[in-house]
Amino acid sequence: MINYDQFLNQELANVKPSGIRRFFDIASEIDDVISLSIGEPDFSTPWHIREAGIDSLEKGKTWYSPNRGFADLREEISRWFNRKYGVTYAPDTDILVSVGGSEAIDLALRSLLNPGDEVLIPVPSFVCYTPLTEVAKGVAVQVETKAENNFRLTVADIEAHITPRTKILVLPFPNNPTGAVMRHEHLEEIATVIQKHNLFVISDELYSELTYGSEPHVTIASIPGMKERSIVINGFSKAFAMTGWRLGIAVGPKEVIAQMTKLHQYGIMSAPSIAQYAAIEALKNGDKDIEYMRDQYDIRRRLLVNTFNELGLTCFEPEGAFYVFPDIRSTGLDSETFCEKLLYAKHVAIVPGNAFGDCGEGFVRVAYANSLANIKEALKRIKEFLVEIKQA
Amino acid sequence: MSNSNVTATDKKLLDLLAADANLTHGQLAAMLGVAEAEVSERIAALEAQGIIKGYQAVIDWEAIDANKATALIQLQVTPEPEQGFDKLAHRIMQFEEVEGVYLMSGGYDLTVIIQGKSMRDIALFVARRLSTLEGVRGTGTHFILSRYKDRNVIYHDEVQKETRSNVFYD
Repeated sequence: MINYDQFLNQELANVKPSGIRRFFDIASEIDDVISLSIGEPDFSTPWHIREAGIDSLEKGKTWYSPNRGFADLREEISRWFNRKYGVTYAPDTDILVSVGGSEAIDLALRSLLNPGDEVLIPVPSFVCYTPLTEVAKGVAVQVETKAENNFRLTVADIEAHITPRTKILVLPFPNNPTGAVMRHEHLEEIATVIQKHNLFVISDELYSELTYGSEPHVTIASIPGMKERSIVINGFSKAFAMTGWRLGIAVGPKEVIAQMTKLHQYGIMSAPSIAQYAAIEALKNGDKDIEYMRDQYDIRRRLLVNTFNELGLTCFEPEGAFYVFPDIRSTGLDSETFCEKLLYAKHVAIVPGNAFGDCGEGFVRVAYANSLANIKEALKRIKEFLVEIKQA
Repeated sequence: MSNSNVTATDKKLLDLLAADANLTHGQLAAMLGVAEAEVSERIAALEAQGIIKGYQAVIDWEAIDANKATALIQLQVTPEPEQGFDKLAHRIMQFEEVEGVYLMSGGYDLTVIIQGKSMRDIALFVARRLSTLEGVRGTGTHFILSRYKDRNVIYHDEVQKETRSNVFYD
């Protein structure tokens, strides 16, 4: 028998499994499960965008694109950032089209980290930052955000974790799983600390088009002095319901984008060309689709927040993404037990909050990227469940 | 046709009710971000204006009785000098078998939707009651053989399986 440990990359081998597998295994065995656990839009990609992809296939445009992505697409991306967020990136040097936002996060971390560099990672958050940091030989420093701050990142949170080795701050807002957003004033506050400690920012803004407050999304790059020290990651998955197309965007200083492009060029070559043709159409003519889907999410979000609060599961009002993050501590159950019991008893699948960092314990993530009919039924079942566990 | 009294919120309210008339006023209020009293008031107003015409369950009658049939009847009609098609349409909609009557553009004039106990039942109704009406020049009967989707509800479909996958499985 070969001992494979001797061959494996140790940083990767040490990455812990997410622990929610067991949970999804149970869900897949039950027939009538309503899953509010899936973090992707329930909408299909709008037809005119799909058609642009189909058109490229019909015309046989099936070749590699330039490493950075098609020039037409980079020009549209440049226009989009300008129009939507008021920041200007040069199509030729400051923009890279990646295979989903996740690849861009990986590229950014690997382009910036030297062994032992520390990365501040606010939690609860999307599960990829810590493993990707560790594989890049960086040190992941988790920064807990708190329910009493509506899960926003504060100056105090950052300063409490700064060391001489701190190099990067990951900004995962609008946040998965909490739905928290950083408004202009919150970004301004933390920008001073970021500059004071000479940090570099990787801002994961994948959910930027799904915000529900009165203000549209604000990117950290629009805060004075921040564009030159930030890589902003965005993509098509959430805004245009294009998860399966696997297309992401990284924008930032050309010196860093050049390094990321080098890595992308050798590891990936170029993002899928069919997806890129579709993405051009999305950026040009997709505003109405975003507006429609955002309206639908907003209606569901309000229903969930209202109902959870009525049921006594305190739920702060998330201003972005498509998740609510109710506090289930009043039930006396921990997150995993709550979710497992709910799944067995009522066939509703949601995700324990601690899957997104230890400080998510006591909370559960409920995704509202599902039909209103399913959400209504799930809420009915959760209500019954709460009555039953109270009686038990 | 536009009605200036219908606000953007009314439009959203109507969309929600059209999809699911069973939502409580409390749920609707939460979803629209308005007070429950306002929802009740707006629904009452929309009913009074005749914009909300009614609330009905969507029922698969054929699941109860396989012989039950529905047909779409095309009628060619000679319009009357003064009243056009209205008089005949009003006459036809009195029959309790008739579920809907529509004035059409194109190759024929009226569409009549008929529900009957059986196909034969409907065919006889057309022959005896509709084609004999004064002004009816011709009829064409088209039976519905299978309903895939009706009033936005998908029929004869297994429970809609979740086709999205959970990523981060490991």
